[in-house]
Amino acid sequence: MTDSKYFTTTKKGEIFELKTELNSDKKEKKREAVKKVIASMTVGKDVSALFPDVINCMQTDNVELKKLVYLYLMNYAKSQPDMAIMAVNTFVKDCEDPNPLIRALAVRTMGCIRVEKITEYLCEPLRKCMKDEDPYVRKTAAVCVAKLYDMNPQLVEEQGFVELLNDLLSDANPMVVANAVAALSEINEAKPLIEVNSQMVNKLLTALNECTEWGQVFILDALSGYAPRDEREAQNICERISPRLAHANAAVVLSTVKVLMKLIEMLPADSEFIASLTKKLAPPMVTLLSAEPEIQYVALRNINLIVQKRPDILKQEMKVFFVKYNDPIYVKMEKLDVMIRLAQQSNIAQVLSELKEYATEVDVDFVRKSVRAIGRCAIKVEQSAERCVATLLELIQTKVNYVVQEAVVVIKDIFRKYPNRYESIISTLCENLDTLDEPEARASMIWIIGEYAERIDNADELLESFVDGFHDENTQVQLQLLTSVVKLFLKRPTDTQQLVQRVLSLATQDSDNPDLRDRGYIYWRLLSADPAAAKQVVLAEKPLISEETDLLEPSLLDQLVCHIGSLASVYHKPPSSFVDNTKAPLRQLAPNAAALATNGSSSGDMDSAPGLIGVPAPSGGAVPSQDTLIADLLQLDMNPMGGSSAAAPAAPVAAPGGGLDDLLGLGGGAPSYGAAPAAPMADPLAAWGAAPAPPAAAGGGLNDLFGLGGGGGGMGGVMGGVQGFQTPKTQWLDAASHKGLQLEGAVVRKNGAIYMEMAITNKAMQPLSDFAIQFNKNSFGLVPAQPLHIAAPVFPNQTTQVSLRLDTNGPVQKMDPLANVQIAMKNNVDVFYFATVVPMLVYFAEDGMMEKREFLELWKEIPEANEQQFTIMNNRGLSADDICSKLQANNVFTVARRSVDGQELLYHSIKYTNKIVVLSELKMEITGAPTLTLSLKSRHVTALANLNEMYQQIFDN
Amino acid sequence: AMIGGLFVYNHKGEVLISRIYRDDVNRNAVDAFRVNVIHARQQVRSPVTNMARTSFLHIKRGNLWICAATRQNVNAAMVFEFLNRLADTMQSYFGKLNEENVKNNFVLIYELLDEILDFGYPQNTDPGVLKSFITQQGVRSAEQQTPMGGVASKEDQSQITSQVTGQIGWRREGIKYRRNELFLDVIEYVNLLMSQQGQVLSAHVAGKVAMKSYLSGMPECKFGINDKLTLEGKSKSSEDPAKQGRGAVAIDDCQFHQCVKLTKFESEHAISFIPPDGEYELMRYRTTKDIQLPFRVIPLVREASRNKMEVKVVVKSNFKPSLLAQKIEIRIPTPPNTSGVQLICMKGKAKYKAGENAIVWKIKRMAGMKESQISAEIDLLATGNEKKKWNKPPISMNFEVPFAPSGLKVRYLKVFEAKLNYSDHDVIKWVRYIGRSGLYETRC
Repeated sequence: MTDSKYFTTTKKGEIFELKTELNSDKKEKKREAVKKVIASMTVGKDVSALFPDVINCMQTDNVELKKLVYLYLMNYAKSQPDMAIMAVNTFVKDCEDPNPLIRALAVRTMGCIRVEKITEYLCEPLRKCMKDEDPYVRKTAAVCVAKLYDMNPQLVEEQGFVELLNDLLSDANPMVVANAVAALSEINEAKPLIEVNSQMVNKLLTALNECTEWGQVFILDALSGYAPRDEREAQNICERISPRLAHANAAVVLSTVKVLMKLIEMLPADSEFIASLTKKLAPPMVTLLSAEPEIQYVALRNINLIVQKRPDILKQEMKVFFVKYNDPIYVKMEKLDVMIRLAQQSNIAQVLSELKEYATEVDVDFVRKSVRAIGRCAIKVEQSAERCVATLLELIQTKVNYVVQEAVVVIKDIFRKYPNRYESIISTLCENLDTLDEPEARASMIWIIGEYAERIDNADELLESFVDGFHDENTQVQLQLLTSVVKLFLKRPTDTQQLVQRVLSLATQDSDNPDLRDRGYIYWRLLSADPAAAKQVVLAEKPLISEETDLLEPSLLDQLVCHIGSLASVYHKPPSSFVDNTKAPLRQLAPNAAALATNGSSSGDMDSAPGLIGVPAPSGGAVPSQDTLIADLLQLDMNPMGGSSAAAPAAPVAAPGGGLDDLLGLGGGAPSYGAAPAAPMADPLAAWGAAPAPPAAAGGGLNDLFGLGGGGGGMGGVMGGVQGFQTPKTQWLDAASHKGLQLEGAVVRKNGAIYMEMAITNKAMQPLSDFAIQFNKNSFGLVPAQPLHIAAPVFPNQTTQVSLRLDTNGPVQKMDPLANVQIAMKNNVDVFYFATVVPMLVYFAEDGMMEKREFLELWKEIPEANEQQFTIMNNRGLSADDICSKLQANNVFTVARRSVDGQELLYHSIKYTNKIVVLSELKMEITGAPTLTLSLKSRHVTALANLNEMYQQIFDN
Repeated sequence: AMIGGLFVYNHKGEVLISRIYRDDVNRNAVDAFRVNVIHARQQVRSPVTNMARTSFLHIKRGNLWICAATRQNVNAAMVFEFLNRLADTMQSYFGKLNEENVKNNFVLIYELLDEILDFGYPQNTDPGVLKSFITQQGVRSAEQQTPMGGVASKEDQSQITSQVTGQIGWRREGIKYRRNELFLDVIEYVNLLMSQQGQVLSAHVAGKVAMKSYLSGMPECKFGINDKLTLEGKSKSSEDPAKQGRGAVAIDDCQFHQCVKLTKFESEHAISFIPPDGEYELMRYRTTKDIQLPFRVIPLVREASRNKMEVKVVVKSNFKPSLLAQKIEIRIPTPPNTSGVQLICMKGKAKYKAGENAIVWKIKRMAGMKESQISAEIDLLATGNEKKKWNKPPISMNFEVPFAPSGLKVRYLKVFEAKLNYSDHDVIKWVRYIGRSGLYETRC
């Protein structure tokens, strides 16, 4: 007979059946039933309803059954605190049992029942058990003090348990000492109550030699917190613990290393003792690399720290960090890090040939890191730079896309470290320009072109090719492009003036990125005010980059060395960054949380703690009803505005009225390229005379020319918010079938108005002119707000960018799909027709923010049938805050937020330009599940159209 | 700061065992790990994952995921050691770790988890000791009286508790054998990474001393090897300094079973211990110097044309001609676009295994100082993406030889039992040396 049968899924009525079996007279049947209950509990079923029946089985002399009942009790006591009290008598009785195993079991379990009322009954038995004649009971009681402290610290202090625990440090049994020190350390961490003194340290060192491996870890970890009085004591401790380095348990070894590393600091740096001690440290650490891969990983993360702190210890051990073919990837990556740290002149040849080998492996991340490592070797060991560069060039020849990109990035750093040495390879790099598609690689290449513009004949062409796609580039690339073009201009002013003007205008006028704009303006003003100064600033000699760029900050390193072996040393982060110290004692254990998560509704906890988020209330664990949403909303409704969490968004950020746009001069109609025709001038630098004055002097005629009037003030307003998502341009007309007219476009919403952004490219032989545009009737009445005006003809092979403002006051006719718009475009050649589906979000109006009450009433009013549910992928791991600000930027307004039992609920409202309103609810798991549930409601179901896709796009961008 | 919860999942991510030790971890954590790690599409990039301020440390055994969750700054090395120990303990109770066995023994596992982890602090995990009071049988029958059953004598109970908490937690008193016997195996794994040109990139021996002891009473054992350090230490006083060092092995590092008195090793270089009963691993060690590499592999790869490759591999044995190596297997990787392979080998059997992308060449036995050769012609399919380079894995080799490649020798193993009446020569001792391949690779 096996136990696996208990896992078989049972039908309905199971609980009832179990109830009968639990109350059966037959012992055998009873035990079977308890097993079934435990199996159900394991797989997450809620069997809390059986509480009284299971408790009734507790009084038995069958220890196995008793243990099972205890297991149940520990899990559910908190949801049934009153019933749990019923168990107390049995515990108290068991604590007097002649069998020490039973006594220990009772005190162990009792400490796990986290019901406040039980704590008062626990004190007396616990006190007795701490003085029990049997060491097994005492070691269990010691841990129980820590349990009690976790529930009720005050009680532990008042009842003198800390002192009793302190007494146990002198116990004759080493395991009792070890558990006592573990419990004391935990209590001390919360509140320093007992100071570790040298007397105590002596006791611990004695117990260290005799207790279990785990006990040794507790003791060593406790010792690491002790500061010896003087050198002699420090040396003494070192001597007494260093034999532990030969222990088979990796945790014992690492904890020993931790204490030693700390004590070494106290000893004179050049003493013989330290030399012999550090000699002893290396072998055990190397041995850890043949342990299980997970332990290797922990060891490697720690070795990374130790090597930074004391490079001498492992400097001879390079070979053991060579990557093995079947190491797990996480071990490979860490070994690589350590290898780079250990690289020096004596071993660089070996390291390089290894790295070259790795760069041909399969795992993309590993290969990238290997290529990067080659670059770092070049920077770290000057003598090897040439070989490194040669190796990188070889790798570039492989033409493997990501290898080339990584190589370009590191070569840029090598150029910075050794200027004027390896520039001969630039031509090879330029050959690979087309393969670069990652921002970092593109930016690096652009930097190289700008930096060495005077040596690259076609630098202007190369940069120009990047400028053509300026808006599609990542910010990093845009910034670099801006700087590089300015460098180019300063180096070769005669033929690059147009290019620099174009970039400056792209950066300052067409960009929404404040950094880019700021940099653009700085260059612009610098160039116009004082070209010589500009040269000094932009072409200034750059400081050489340092050898080790990724060393941990020294104070952090010291802190982490004190945490060797722990998670902090694995994450390379201080504990405070991942440990929550604000834990609420006696929290809801939420045995039904799993059930909650699956039935998809939110919890009912809210009714006892209105408006408090993140602190679940100690409610009686009422089972939430299926339809709690409305109740929750009602609850929200009664909260004072802003009283709870982030439910009160500020007024819409970007809400300038239509007319304001013109004032800002940023509207699509503004002549962005106005400066271009003024360009051809004798002295190229003189052209900068026309650059804009500082914003303070706004209103000057020249500013108008640049379409920047009042730019300083106006822009600030717009930039305050996060930019809404704008769909990229798609092709509307292709040149082949439309007589040489290629039209790419997108309908976007910016600054509170709808624009049609178009790129008109002439692929015909003759200039195209006389453009005009017309819209057919459509669902939202979308029409051009002004005639399409393209000043100059578009010449062959030229592209003109146009931004046309649209309105929604045109004739309406429902289309299918809803957002479809039919458009006719005319020019001097022909008339062309096309249709496009406008992204719904351009119709989201700025005044879509709703009051909570309004939202609630509407939600109740709209029939259930009008609700649609979707699953949205949270591909970028956005937090609730991210989501709200992203949505906000797209005029999806946060009405309320709440977090309940591991779920975050976000309520939003949307108002279309035609005043139709859509309500949405987003449900996300706080644990960061990759999917969100979106529920949409509207009086007009058609209005829900493809809104879920819009959400997805907003989240993905 | 300790473990908050412990979960065991099957390969599908279904929970088989879930035990929560601390309040800060709740059942949501069980789901979080499943969704974000087990069900994650990419390969596991780290055995430690942090989600929503909860850290998950996991190992995989067979098809099972064993995961510890915590919200505190735990000792990560300790958690991983513990997870491995837990897996070993389960294995020693019910054999192979798999879903079926876990389900069949879930009550036992809960009982173990209650005993070996208290409030997230690991307690005694020694299977020998645990078995004295947590038994599989005890789980089922109330009739059969277990020590825990309440009927066990008072002495039994206190013996159990003193063993669980005791100084010699790994051995119980009162063991009796008619024949006192000791089996000692020196098992070494030779690891090698050799470049194509025959240069040793790295080589080390990972060795262990595995014991089986069937001894009565509480015997004290002393164990001696030809360790350089020990011999040098000794020879300070001895008159013959010429002898030192010769034939001695330089041990880089060694680790001992918890029964070995470490302080004594540190001060006197003596390995002395009271052995556990039955099987255990006394010592693990590592050496890197003067390793006798039993085999040398010499690869020759020629890309004859775009769709043909020629591979020749020579294997040379490098040990006394009187000794025999066994279970020799050489694995020569082939490109994934291989369409056919022609093989000629002088000795043994060779086969192309398409599913494993390798030629596997097996030789049953081979004496020392011999060599053998295999030639292969590999036909390649023309693939569209020539650019995508084949990442040549190294040629790997497996074997077993009847000596210790590190040169380690057992000098003595003495047994003293003061109370009982048997002496060192009454004990029958068996010593055996086995050298096996660890990762024994030659790049090609």
